Amino acid sequence: MTPVLSINDVRRRYGAGATEVVALDGVSLTVQAGEFVAIMGPSGSGKSTLLNMAGGLDHPTSGTVLVDGNDLAALDPAGLAAVRRRHIGFVFQEFNLVPQLTAEENVMLPMELDGTPVKAARHAAREALASVGLDGKGRRFPDDLSGGEQQRVAIARAMTGERRLILADEPTGALDTVTGEAVADLIARYAADGGAVVLVTHEPRIASFADRVVWLRDGRVVDDVDARSGAGARP
Amino acid sequence: MSIRESLLVLLGAGPRHGYQLRAEFEAATGEVWPLNVGQVYTTLERLERDGLVRGGEPDSDGRRAFELTAAGREAITGFMSTPGGREAPSRDGLMMKVLISVAAPGVDALEVIRLERSSRMAVLQERRRAARDSGMNGALAPRLALDALIALTESELRWLDLCEERILAAARTSPDPDKEQR
Repeated sequence: MTPVLSINDVRRRYGAGATEVVALDGVSLTVQAGEFVAIMGPSGSGKSTLLNMAGGLDHPTSGTVLVDGNDLAALDPAGLAAVRRRHIGFVFQEFNLVPQLTAEENVMLPMELDGTPVKAARHAAREALASVGLDGKGRRFPDDLSGGEQQRVAIARAMTGERRLILADEPTGALDTVTGEAVADLIARYAADGGAVVLVTHEPRIASFADRVVWLRDGRVVDDVDARSGAGARP
Repeated sequence: MSIRESLLVLLGAGPRHGYQLRAEFEAATGEVWPLNVGQVYTTLERLERDGLVRGGEPDSDGRRAFELTAAGREAITGFMSTPGGREAPSRDGLMMKVLISVAAPGVDALEVIRLERSSRMAVLQERRRAARDSGMNGALAPRLALDALIALTESELRWLDLCEERILAAARTSPDPDKEQR
């Protein structure tokens, strides 16, 4: 089966000569459908750069990134935008909802941009909101929802349509412990239902919801712990 | 708090047999520390010797019920209102292992950290899965006990991350040829 995400020997350098910074130094990572991978590592280890690569927000200096078999480097800007919209859901620390739109409209937005008829988009949005426990709150505006509820809306938005990959950058960073764990549990259930997730966090308690935990240090993978095999393996 | 003190507090609910106390202790602590009943009776006898509990006559099954004395109640008030935290940290295997590996020549401290961290993350993942599989939503005691274990493991993991960052930062400023860093 084609992996949902395939990162192959990716290097990323910024600048040149004496000021050159190597953000990623030959990182490979494959994520299958149904897999939840957490990325940990100290500041500057390359976590965010890796997530940006996976989402097509940054380009490798060398190496390839494939999402659902699409080589991101081979796409023109319109094609890349389409892959991002159709195949990838993003979840951020600060929720990034459109404040002028209701919860339901926020979830509908990417589908409508992609040409889904309004009625179908509304139906899908309601289903998604119900699946994240927000049944009946679709007409509320973001500032009328708690932080945890706003993040649930963002997750609902990230998993509608045909998308199978969620990229989450510190999604629980702005939430208290109990709410953060509920959000992590929701993401874990999304993966258990067949979605693929890459989540960057500095919180071990959140990372422990993942099937695999990958540690980066100085732009390299130094450890890859798979709960399903029950042992840490040095890459 | 010690087991001795825990049993004393549980006796505050009224007279108890050792068997009952053991069951109540294990339920309250999410069965993290199994007790044997002999240990419970030995502790109760010491508490009786110290005048903190009073044991009744054996019943037809030969079991004795114990109840608090006034001195026992006073002792509970004393230690429940005395917060801890100022003792020297208990001798911790992980802390010692990492500190000694940083000091010892020829030991790759970063590798020690990597192994300790992997095994702890695996434990955290296992506990998480166990919690999910047991569907422990209703019962408070096991939930709180699991929270405590997760918090302890998490604090070890955070400390290991911090050690790694500091070792890397120290290696960048003053490379030490004796301590090879990856």
